[in-house]
Amino acid sequence: MLNIKKLHKSYPIGDTSLHVLKGIDLSVEDGEMVAIMGSSGSGKSTLLNIIGMLDEADEGEYILDGVPIKNLTEKKAAIYRNKFLGFIFQSFNLINYKNALDNVALPLYYQGMKRQDRIEKALFHLEKVGLKPWAHHLPNELSGGQKQRVAIARALAANPKLLLADEPTGALDTKTSYEIMDFIQSLNDEGKTILIVTHEEDIAHMCKRLVRLKDGVMVEDVKVEQVRASQYV
Amino acid sequence: MFKFLFERDTWQEVWDSLSKNKLRSMLTMVGVWWGILLLIGLLGSAKGLENSFNRLFGSFATNSVFVWGQSTSKPFKGFQEGKQVKLTLTDAKLIEENVEGIEFVVPRNQNQSLVVRGFLSGNYSVNGDFPLLDKVQKKKMIVGRFINQSDINDKRKVAVISEDIYKQLFEKDAEVIGELIKINGINFTVVGMFENGNVNMGPTSDIHIPFTTFQQIYNQGDQIGWMMLTGKPDADISQIEEDAKLILRNLNHIHPEDKRAFGSFNLGKEFAKITGFLVGMQFLTWFVGIATLIAGVFAIGNILLITVKERTKEIGVRRALGATPFEIKRQIVVEAVSITLLAGFFGIISGGWILIGIDSAFGQGDEAVIVNASVSISVIFISLIILVILGTLIGLIPAFKATSIKPIDALREE
Repeated sequence: MLNIKKLHKSYPIGDTSLHVLKGIDLSVEDGEMVAIMGSSGSGKSTLLNIIGMLDEADEGEYILDGVPIKNLTEKKAAIYRNKFLGFIFQSFNLINYKNALDNVALPLYYQGMKRQDRIEKALFHLEKVGLKPWAHHLPNELSGGQKQRVAIARALAANPKLLLADEPTGALDTKTSYEIMDFIQSLNDEGKTILIVTHEEDIAHMCKRLVRLKDGVMVEDVKVEQVRASQYV
Repeated sequence: MFKFLFERDTWQEVWDSLSKNKLRSMLTMVGVWWGILLLIGLLGSAKGLENSFNRLFGSFATNSVFVWGQSTSKPFKGFQEGKQVKLTLTDAKLIEENVEGIEFVVPRNQNQSLVVRGFLSGNYSVNGDFPLLDKVQKKKMIVGRFINQSDINDKRKVAVISEDIYKQLFEKDAEVIGELIKINGINFTVVGMFENGNVNMGPTSDIHIPFTTFQQIYNQGDQIGWMMLTGKPDADISQIEEDAKLILRNLNHIHPEDKRAFGSFNLGKEFAKITGFLVGMQFLTWFVGIATLIAGVFAIGNILLITVKERTKEIGVRRALGATPFEIKRQIVVEAVSITLLAGFFGIISGGWILIGIDSAFGQGDEAVIVNASVSISVIFISLIILVILGTLIGLIPAFKATSIKPIDALREE
């Protein structure tokens, strides 16, 4: 599914440059659920951004689903993001003047899908996250957990091969966090490949594999016994 | 390429972002609204002035020149200087046949004569005229008719008088048609009475009698007082004047450089000055209107830049979800054009109201200064096209600004 070899990335800071990723090798198979852990500054977000094609590596190889991701134009990156990836953000990033349904339908709009089909599909995904009755509510009428579920529905709408979650529970209380994780686990059970960046140990242990970064190098890569979130809900 | 313009979503997006901050959207539109309003209001008023001019001169062939003979200032071909130049019907005929672009040649004669009716009398100008005069200098008949061809052929003693003369020589409410007046001691039958016009071009005209009759009673022979040359609507009247004078010089043996032999008054030239003024005013109007429009459109661009800045994160999200830079740019340009056009529509409507106001205030009655103040539909279309072009151009600035930020930086923005 995902193959990364000797990935380097540095950011210029004034005259010097900050070497953030120092040769990362990572390979993720179909259906895996990987937690990327590390303290701030460890490079975990940068790695996720490169995987999400929001950022580009200086050096190294990145192959996603057999497609080498290299020298992308903005347009091509946008098309790949739309086709391959679903994003879940810490701050949800819903568009606040669009209702839940329109937010979920947005990636489909950029796929060029017809309005009627879009609404149908968006409703299906909203139902899946249990928010069909809230379809016509604006984001500020929803609770944090509901917002994140709308965001997940949006990430799922385009039926991506890979879900990328950047601190998906960072803005939520523990109980809601576990509800969201329970849902993400159920998605993984259905076969979705999921990458989660987090710095919370309990969240990380709800994944099947744990990758730990420190100062731009991978220091740990282990399979973990998955803790089911449902037992806390 | 333009399929997106017919999709509901495009307009939903535009509506969403405009209605998000209604007050700001409205204030943004004021500049363009004002520009279009000025354009329509001023152009309409200018058109109204032009219309009132046209109404004033409408009955008059303005593309014309009057030519008469004076005395020569240079000896030529054995003639001394100071020779009286007398134009003749033959001259008129030759000019009509030889000058290019000429529509009518109207030879005229005039004399001051004592006119008597019963115990009342006065000195008036008596004109010997052809029916053609009515074509180039339309007489508004109150009763009766103007001179006709039979009058000319039979040298009838008939007269067409002005309303003023009627008031001076006739008693109130007296019958006028068929009455007799004495001109130069000879009885004439009145066959028509015309209204004194608002504007008189050339000498005052009180009484018109048939040209041939005039020849006879004043013993004029072939001579004419002056002639009026009317050019076809698109003919150059200055050229006609020159050509006619050239022919007249040859016919009358006058030195080629004798400037004083003929007097002339080029009405076409004078009128062109007035219409030139009107054209100048229209140009000024377009200039002011479009300059204001540009200022207004810049205000829109300015606000959109701020809006784009505010929406940086949203744009980042959209791009993460798969919006291409082109789609983002397109959306912002469509927004810019929409605001511009919407403001334009309001401006056109309120400009129309202003013209209606002007019309009801100044445009009523015969003496109106501004007649039918209006703009043509092509002006509306031209201004709409200008708006679309300006809106697109100005929208490109925030559009490029919006996509110049990398999506990752846009997402990081809090």
